[in-house]
Amino acid sequence: MDQLEKLESESIFIIREAYQKYKKIAMLWSIGKDSTVLLHLARKAFYGHCPIPLVHIDTTYKIPEMIAYRDKIAQEWNLKLVVGSNDQALQNGMGPDKGRLTCCNALKTEGLQQVMAQYEFQGLLMGIRRDEEGSRGKERYFSPRNADFEWNYKEQPPELWNQFQTEFPEGTHVRVHPLLHWTELNVWQYILRENIPIIDLYFAKNGRRYRSLGCAPCTTPITSEAITIEEIIEELKNTNVTERSGRAQDQVDAYAMQKLRVRGYM
Amino acid sequence: MSELKIVIVGHVDHGKSTLIGRLLADTGSVPDDRIEAVRRRCVDQGKDMEYAFLLDALEEEQAQGITLDTTRIQFHSAQRNYVIIDAPGHKEFLKNMISGASDADAAFLLIDAEEGVREQTRRHATILKLLGIRQIHVVINKMDLVGYEQAVFEQIVAVCTDALAQVELQALSYIPMAAKHGENILARSAHLDWYQGRTLIETIDTLKAQHPEADAPTRLPVQDIYKFDHRRIVAGRLESGTLQVGDTIVCWPQGTRTRIKSLESWQRNQPLTTLTAGMSVGVTLEDPVFLQRGTVIAREEAPPLVGDHLKVTIYWLGQQPLRAGKRYTIKLTTQETTCEVAAIDHVYDSSDLSTADALDQVPTNFVGEVTLRTKQPLAFDLFTQVAETGRFVILDGFEVSGGGSIVGLADAVNQAKSQREAEPAAPRQVFRKKLKRSIVIEK
Ligand SMILES: Nc1nc2c(ncn2[C@@H]2O[C@H](COP(=O)(O)OP(=O)(O)OP(=O)(O)O)[C@@H](O)[C@H]2O)c(=O)[nH]1
Repeated sequence: MDQLEKLESESIFIIREAYQKYKKIAMLWSIGKDSTVLLHLARKAFYGHCPIPLVHIDTTYKIPEMIAYRDKIAQEWNLKLVVGSNDQALQNGMGPDKGRLTCCNALKTEGLQQVMAQYEFQGLLMGIRRDEEGSRGKERYFSPRNADFEWNYKEQPPELWNQFQTEFPEGTHVRVHPLLHWTELNVWQYILRENIPIIDLYFAKNGRRYRSLGCAPCTTPITSEAITIEEIIEELKNTNVTERSGRAQDQVDAYAMQKLRVRGYM
Repeated sequence: MSELKIVIVGHVDHGKSTLIGRLLADTGSVPDDRIEAVRRRCVDQGKDMEYAFLLDALEEEQAQGITLDTTRIQFHSAQRNYVIIDAPGHKEFLKNMISGASDADAAFLLIDAEEGVREQTRRHATILKLLGIRQIHVVINKMDLVGYEQAVFEQIVAVCTDALAQVELQALSYIPMAAKHGENILARSAHLDWYQGRTLIETIDTLKAQHPEADAPTRLPVQDIYKFDHRRIVAGRLESGTLQVGDTIVCWPQGTRTRIKSLESWQRNQPLTTLTAGMSVGVTLEDPVFLQRGTVIAREEAPPLVGDHLKVTIYWLGQQPLRAGKRYTIKLTTQETTCEVAAIDHVYDSSDLSTADALDQVPTNFVGEVTLRTKQPLAFDLFTQVAETGRFVILDGFEVSGGGSIVGLADAVNQAKSQREAEPAAPRQVFRKKLKRSIVIEK
C-alpha cells in the first residue's frame, strides 16, 4: 500500500467503527475540501452508499457559491442533508461585528448544538486534521464532548492500537475524526487521485484563491495562480505559510482556536 | 516506500518536544509563519525561543512548559516519510504517552545529560518493551549544560545500558545532542567533535518499518456486516496475511468453513485481486455462514488459538487498581466480552521493577502477569507471533484502563504439556477445534 492507500484504509476503519457503534450518527459537511473528502471516504466505506446523514451549519454568512455547490452534490449523490442555523441569534442581529469569537460561538457552535439536540445525535463525524492548528493537534479519533458541549482536553481517553473508547456517560456525544492523521497536502493528492469534485472557490480567479473556506466576512483568499489540482499541490509543496492564515477567527489571539474548541467549536 | 512512525520518549523536561520542534524547523517542515508566531510569543513572555511550543500548542502546556498530551506530525527526509510522535514525560500523563507510543515502529529515548536516568526514563523503557518496540536509540540531550563532556556522556551510557538490560532491551546507538541549539540534529557540532557516530537525521534514515511478514497468518476480524444492493458484505480490516478469491477460510471461534466468493470495491480502476495486511476490506462468502462482529476469519491452514483462559501481561493505567474477581470488559481486535482476573502471578512497578507483595491487585503504573477468564471464548494469537491479534485493552466501566499482550493460553499450556509428554505435536494443533460444517442461517 502506498501512503494514500494507508491513510484511506485507516480512515475507512474509523468511519465504519463509528457507524457500527452509534445508531444516531451524522457527518458534518462544511462544503470545504476536507469534509468533502470525508464524504467520499464514507461512500467508499459503504460501497457507494452514504447511510449517514450530513449536517451543514449555515451561518447565512457563507460564500454564496458554497450553498449552490452543496445542493447540487446532495442531489447528485442522493444524500440525506440536514441544514441547521441559529435563527434566534440571527434574528437578534448576530454577526462578526459583535466580535469574531462571539459570532463563531453563536452561529457555529450553538447552531450545531441545536441540531444535535433536535436529532439526538450521539456521534458526529468531522474532517478536522492535526496539522491545521495546535489544539486540533491534540485531538483523539473518538473525542467526547459533555452535555454542555465542552471538550475536556486535559483528561482524554487513551487510544491504543485502534481500540477507541466509544461509550461514555449519558449526555455525552462523541466527535469522530477519521482524517486526523492527514495533512493538507495528502488531502489534495487524494482529491487528485480519486477525482473528487471540489468547489471551484479553491481554484485561482484573478490571481487569488481560497485555501480554507469559511464565512465570507472572515475568510480571505490567498494570492495564487493555481487553477488545477496539480498546481495547488505544487504550490503547497513550496509554501511557507499556514493553511488557516486567511481565517480571521484564528488570529484573534494566541489561543483563540483552543478557546473556541473547548466550548464545542469544530 | 510507506511511512515509519517514531515516538520520542523520556523523563519530564528532558527535551522531547524541543528535539521534535527543532527537527521540524531545521528541515523546513513547518511553515515560517508558525515558527514566527512562536518566536513572537516567546519574546512577549521574555523567554528564549522555545521550539517545543511548535508541538505544545495548548495554553497550559506553554504556561507550564510541559507536554500534557501526545501529538504527531508528518515529516519527510530526502529518503522517506515519517510520522514523529511527541509523548508527554510527566508521570501523570502516562496514558497519553502510551497512546502515542502504542503503534510506533521505533523510539528515541531522551535523557537530560545533567539529570541522567530518572524514574520515567525507566518506566518508558518498560513500556517500550511491553509494546514490542525493539528499534530504540538513546539521545543524551542538553550536552551544553555539562560542558559537552565526553566523560558525562559515557557515564550515562553505562547507566542506561544497564537500565535497558534489566527489561531485556538494548539500544542500537547513543547520540550526544543539544536539541535546543540544533547540535547533532541535522548539523554536527564542533563542541561534540569527539562523537563520530550518526546525527539524529542520519539515524532516522537507518530505521526500518516493522513490516508484517509476507507469510504471516491471515487474520480478518469482522467489523460489521452490510447488506447493500442485495449482497452480504463482510467488512473489516485485514490485520495480517493476505486473502484472495477462492481461498478456503474458517470463521473463529465457531470453526465454520467456507470460501471467499468476491472482494468488494467501489470506483476502482483495476479490480482488486489480493487483499494485503492493513487494508480495510469487504468480502462476500460462498456460503451464508453465521458471522458477527468479532468473528475472526483465517485461512484454513493457519488457525488462530481459541480459548477463554488467557495468560497475559497487563500494563495498568486505571485510577482504581485491577482487582482479582472484579468484572471488566476486554476488547481484542473487534471482539468484546466480559472478563475477570482469575489469578495474579506476578506484579511489579514499571519504573524500578520492584515486586509488589500483595497478589490480589495490580496498582496504577504497575505491570501484572495474570490469568484472565473471558465469558466468551476469544480467537487470538500469541503477541510474539501475530502482534495485531495478540494484544488487547481492558475497560473498567467505560474507561480504557489497561493494555496488554497475550503470552499463552492457560488451559492449553497444561494441555500442551501433557500432550507433549504423550506424543510430540505442534502446540497450535492442540488448540485447534474440530471444524464444523457450515451452519446455514439464511437461504
Ligand atoms: N540547555 C538546553 N536546554 C534544553 C535543551 N533541550 C531542551 N531544553 C530545554 O528544556 C526544557 C524542556 O524541554 P521540552 O522539550 O519541553 O521537554 P519535554 O521532554 O518535551 O517535556 P515533557 O514533554 O513535558 O516531558 C525547555 O525549557 C527547553 O528549552 C538543550 O539541548 N539544552
